[in-house]
Amino acid sequence: MSMLSTTLASLTPFSWNPIDDLQTIFQYAFMRNAFAAGTVVAIVAGIVGYFVVLRNLSFAGHSLSHSGFAGATAAVVIGASPVSGLLVFTIGSALIMGTLGKRLHGRDVIVGVVLAWTLGLGIFFLSLYSGYANQAYSILFGQILGISQNDVQVTFFTSAATLLAIVLVYRPLLFASLDEEIAESRGIPTRIISIIFLVIVALAVSAATQVVGVLLIFSLLVTPAAIAERLSTHPPTVILLSVLLAILFTWAGLLIAFYFPYPVSFFITSFAFLAYIIVRVLPVTQEGTIALIKWKRNVSHKNIKKQAIVGNS
Amino acid sequence: MIKNAQHLQKEQPICSDDEQASVSLVAIIAAHEVAVRLGKCTIWSGGTFTIGSGEFVTIVGPNGAGKSTLLRLLLGLLFPSEGYIQVFGQAPRRGNSLIGYVPQRRALDPDLMVQARDFVAMGIDGHKWGIPLPFVSKEHHRILVQEVLDAVGATAYADRAIGRLSGGEQQRLLLAQALLGQPRLLLLDEPLASLDLRNQNAIAQLVAQVAKERNIAVLLVSHDVNPLLPFTERVLYVAQGQIAIGKPDEIITTEQLTQMYDAPVEVMRDSRGRVLVFGLESALPAIIPNG
Repeated sequence: MSMLSTTLASLTPFSWNPIDDLQTIFQYAFMRNAFAAGTVVAIVAGIVGYFVVLRNLSFAGHSLSHSGFAGATAAVVIGASPVSGLLVFTIGSALIMGTLGKRLHGRDVIVGVVLAWTLGLGIFFLSLYSGYANQAYSILFGQILGISQNDVQVTFFTSAATLLAIVLVYRPLLFASLDEEIAESRGIPTRIISIIFLVIVALAVSAATQVVGVLLIFSLLVTPAAIAERLSTHPPTVILLSVLLAILFTWAGLLIAFYFPYPVSFFITSFAFLAYIIVRVLPVTQEGTIALIKWKRNVSHKNIKKQAIVGNS
Repeated sequence: MIKNAQHLQKEQPICSDDEQASVSLVAIIAAHEVAVRLGKCTIWSGGTFTIGSGEFVTIVGPNGAGKSTLLRLLLGLLFPSEGYIQVFGQAPRRGNSLIGYVPQRRALDPDLMVQARDFVAMGIDGHKWGIPLPFVSKEHHRILVQEVLDAVGATAYADRAIGRLSGGEQQRLLLAQALLGQPRLLLLDEPLASLDLRNQNAIAQLVAQVAKERNIAVLLVSHDVNPLLPFTERVLYVAQGQIAIGKPDEIITTEQLTQMYDAPVEVMRDSRGRVLVFGLESALPAIIPNG
């Protein structure tokens, strides 16, 4: 991976003409693949991440990514594609957590139990596999510049399935995330929703591992949503912002990594962290959002008032 | 007893249709010899009572007596082990839109950074699958939400994050959300808990007023009956494995309450006829350490 980056940097010097630069970048198939997969993953992670943050499931998301590590190494050992192992193990772990965890709001003992076991499995499979440490390295820290055409297709398919699932359960999922008891009383099968959502997280984690790797999954799955949550309190707006931020971090990381001999995931995680620090430092209004940004949600209110005033005069 | 219960349930369809209809007109809840069991433990049994349309009923009883269990029964989240119960002339079922429910809670997650308005709006279509169709009935929904926000007096803070609001403000929003489904019955599980005196009175008055305006029956669980006495038409008490219902005068007496809580409770009436209950809130924990 580092070798790849070094050769990249020597390929083309940075010019101050952005159009030239983009043309240079996109003439390479691996960069086109990286942008395609990165963008799709950012969209999925941004959306799923909002619910992960809302449901306090970041620990579960983190654990699922570690199950993914075990799965990917297992797949490599038997000579299969790492993505297939990722999918099988993350979905399997999601089902175990969802079935055994009574209520997944804050109940993280079962998550930890699964995490420890799958990490043990990961080490076991790694010991069986005496080949390139490179493969394990790319699972842990991402391999987006080395992503193959086939992996891009798998990522597309996984992401499409994840998005479809989110669209289907959107309203009951949001309701159950806000208040499980009221949602249950309104006839929402909260338990099933909870399990479905963990499987959705598993799919998103499998997709995101391609870009940032197992250890850095938070930077796409949690950080953009956590930042967006401080910019707006209106769920659809937060989701949109979360997606935009995830795309922004990914693109910025890819662009900069093209010119510097350092890993893409380092840049993506650094941008995410920096942005998070900035929104945490900025003052927050009474509405619970950053003071500098004012979303005009009550525009229609004001219009009504204006009309009333005009009408009276 | 179980045989007896099955017998009763079989009997039920035999009673003529118009008889059932007349029952559902008068009573929105009818329970007959209901027993509830959680695991092997019978929570209460012999529950026979009816609740009329628009009636304000306060549910009292010691901790763990099965007050919340009664609400869950009405919501169709658990089933009677004996006897039968009907809500709006039918067996209780999950997701009955005629029932508005506010569960027992201390406070919402302070990190819940979701606008109060959006939280309330889940009461309209939060239980439906899929995403809301874009641009369809958005304005209509906005008006519906504004209407309930006005009804509970929560408009001033409707644009704030719900986790940042006070307990009293959150209770108003939960009530608003429950009202959005146009319920005929409100089940409120300890809405006055962890509120200060002023807010207890305000919420009690608000619930009574909204229920009266909309002809909604209210079943409200509370440990402290004082703020509710002006509005309570009947008291349903759940204690020592039994359920009984009666006028506040009959139930809220020194003898009844002392027996029910198994702890000294004193009921006094002042010169203006107001009833004051002592011991339920303050004295009880001091006397019974495990209470």
